[in-house]
Amino acid sequence: MPREGILVKNPITRLTNDQLQKIHDSSMRILSDPGLLSYNKQAADIFKSAGATVTEVEGGDHPSWHIQIPEKLVMDAIKKAPSTVKLGARNPDNALIMKGDESRVYFITGSETNIWMDVEIAPYVKKDDPSIEVQVSEFHPRRGMLMDLCKSAHVCEHLDTVDGYIRTVNIQDKDITEENKDVNKFFASLNNTTKHIMSGLTTLSQLDNVVKMAEMIAGGKDKLKENPLISFITCLVKSPLQFVDDTTDTFIEVCKRGLPLAVSSSPQAGTSAPIQEAGIMAQINAEVLAGITLGQLVNPGTPLLYGSVPVRARMDTLGDSYGAIETSQYNIDCVQMARFYNIPNYSTSGVCDAKIPGQQSTIERLFSDILVALSGPQYLHCAFGLLECNSIFCLTQAVLDDAHFAMLKFFLNQPEIAEADLAEIEKQIKEVVATPQKLFIRHLRPVMRSGKITPAYPFEGDGNSDNVMALAHKRMEELLATPVEYIDEATTEKIFKEIPGLLPRLNVYTKG
Amino acid sequence: MSQEIISKIKENVIQGRKTQADEGIDDGYSGTSGVQELTRAAIEANIAPNEIVNEALTAGMQVVGEKFETKEYFIPDMLASAEAVEVSMDILKPLLADANIKPKGKFAIATVKGDIHDIGKNIVAIMLKGAGYEVVDLGIDVTTEKIINYIKNESPDYLGLSALLTTTMLEMGTIIEALKKENLRDKVKVFIGGAAVSDEYAEEIGADAFCLDAFSAIKILDASV
Repeated sequence: MPREGILVKNPITRLTNDQLQKIHDSSMRILSDPGLLSYNKQAADIFKSAGATVTEVEGGDHPSWHIQIPEKLVMDAIKKAPSTVKLGARNPDNALIMKGDESRVYFITGSETNIWMDVEIAPYVKKDDPSIEVQVSEFHPRRGMLMDLCKSAHVCEHLDTVDGYIRTVNIQDKDITEENKDVNKFFASLNNTTKHIMSGLTTLSQLDNVVKMAEMIAGGKDKLKENPLISFITCLVKSPLQFVDDTTDTFIEVCKRGLPLAVSSSPQAGTSAPIQEAGIMAQINAEVLAGITLGQLVNPGTPLLYGSVPVRARMDTLGDSYGAIETSQYNIDCVQMARFYNIPNYSTSGVCDAKIPGQQSTIERLFSDILVALSGPQYLHCAFGLLECNSIFCLTQAVLDDAHFAMLKFFLNQPEIAEADLAEIEKQIKEVVATPQKLFIRHLRPVMRSGKITPAYPFEGDGNSDNVMALAHKRMEELLATPVEYIDEATTEKIFKEIPGLLPRLNVYTKG
Repeated sequence: MSQEIISKIKENVIQGRKTQADEGIDDGYSGTSGVQELTRAAIEANIAPNEIVNEALTAGMQVVGEKFETKEYFIPDMLASAEAVEVSMDILKPLLADANIKPKGKFAIATVKGDIHDIGKNIVAIMLKGAGYEVVDLGIDVTTEKIINYIKNESPDYLGLSALLTTTMLEMGTIIEALKKENLRDKVKVFIGGAAVSDEYAEEIGADAFCLDAFSAIKILDASV
């Protein structure tokens, strides 16, 4: 049985059918003129063979091609793109089944950050009254390392609301090189969680080693096809409307191997896309559809996710403002666009501008988490533990996020209104109103431990004290101390023997 | 045999089972005797009533209190256990009187005039009964006159006053003034509770204590016995 996710029965929407059609029509016009500028020759050749108008751009530092894609090519590709995408898992019970026309939401971590933030809970004594001591969180940012990635995957394995895992931290150990980074980050993730793993590739040269590793874990090539326990994410389009050379190569090669991947585009309204909602939507939709079209031309039937990471620019710095309300609006629009095409959507929520866990972080992330989740994306890349626009990862924040998603999941439970239950309840009411105290508490008790009542906020402090961070941190430490199911010893041995570049300290069966 | 029945009563107090119709917290109790049936069995087996009170009921509530402290139990669990104790005490009451064993004290409780909120008052009443006090519930929207008359005629050891509203809490001060006027103030200890009141307010109107909830009420009362 795959993971259940949460089914959003009545997803919230912003765009009317007429507006969806208008955005689609505009995207088609954009794809046709001006089309995309491709810095990748393979993509230009593939589109040319398929009937697009491709012209080489004269001059410039890098060779490039203008690709003008006719609507028919795009529509044929949309028809070929699977409406159901399975993302497998090392534990098959953790597989995710995503259907383009079903608003079943799965919560997935990511993205990759350079900075890992340690939290220290330190006692502080009041100057005027030394008898008063409080616990204060201190935050220590530092460079992310390989063992941090292991810790993050380990904790996410135990977080109930985390359905899948995108590596949260860029590994920057001294012995990590461009060549060995991919195999180490995939192994560290796969070994510490039995959930689905999605990742980008640092270098295309390692694609086959990563796929081979996944095949060994899955039990062979065919088994990996049946249970694709890894998938990829590629930002092949740089906004506005440009195929990037190296990521497009990666995209094409992954498509050839038939593994699932997210076609992601991340325009910034105001700088790399128009500031108007209609404008960024028409552009991002064109960019994602260009990627989907390329994928289906390379290998018809390749399982693709309609990946959208739109964001509004900050007015003070022109950096990304994920905390901006418009960012949530764009994401909800993208969920609707993907549903319009019946392709599962990869959407974004929970990214915040705040630099440390706290009130700003909670307000910003919850605002978009609630709204975007309620719009019903299938793959919700919801920034577990991320801070400062995805540049910092904090494991304690991830534990806090898990509690918030548990609330959201509970809220989306469907009401249970059945005749038989009502008859029983009416009996209960008659019985209680006849007692002197008129309390229903006796009937509450059997329900209390059934999981049908939301538990209290797990990090609630005693009295007036706010111990949220200290309690979440303690929970994180408990989860770290709880074992995970590693890849078995024989497979681990085989992987270390056959896959070059793996660092011995990742082998849990040796002292490495 | 007697030790076995005592253990079972204690166990069922912990499970919060008044009768055999009740479910426990753990599985496997369905259809087995609850505190009511077991208390009757204990009397038939000639177990001394004070032994039932001390070894089964009080000891059981002690465990329940500990489980509540460690957040394993919630208030509904405490109430279920207190109700189980109450049902046993109702059976034991005449036997305890015959043996000249008295309850910890007599506690009159009321929601003051103008206020009809009674969830908190009812919970306190159930918990105090479970803790071994004789509780007389005077009801809701109770006039000062009715309270004064009751104190005059029945001489309870304690008076518990409840108010939820900032408008009705003023009645508590009126009642204490009336007690003073009738020379009854030193004959009864007055405890106040409810969302509107506080330690400061208790001090201001001359009440003996403010009880934050049913558990603090039991603690304060037990300390004063």
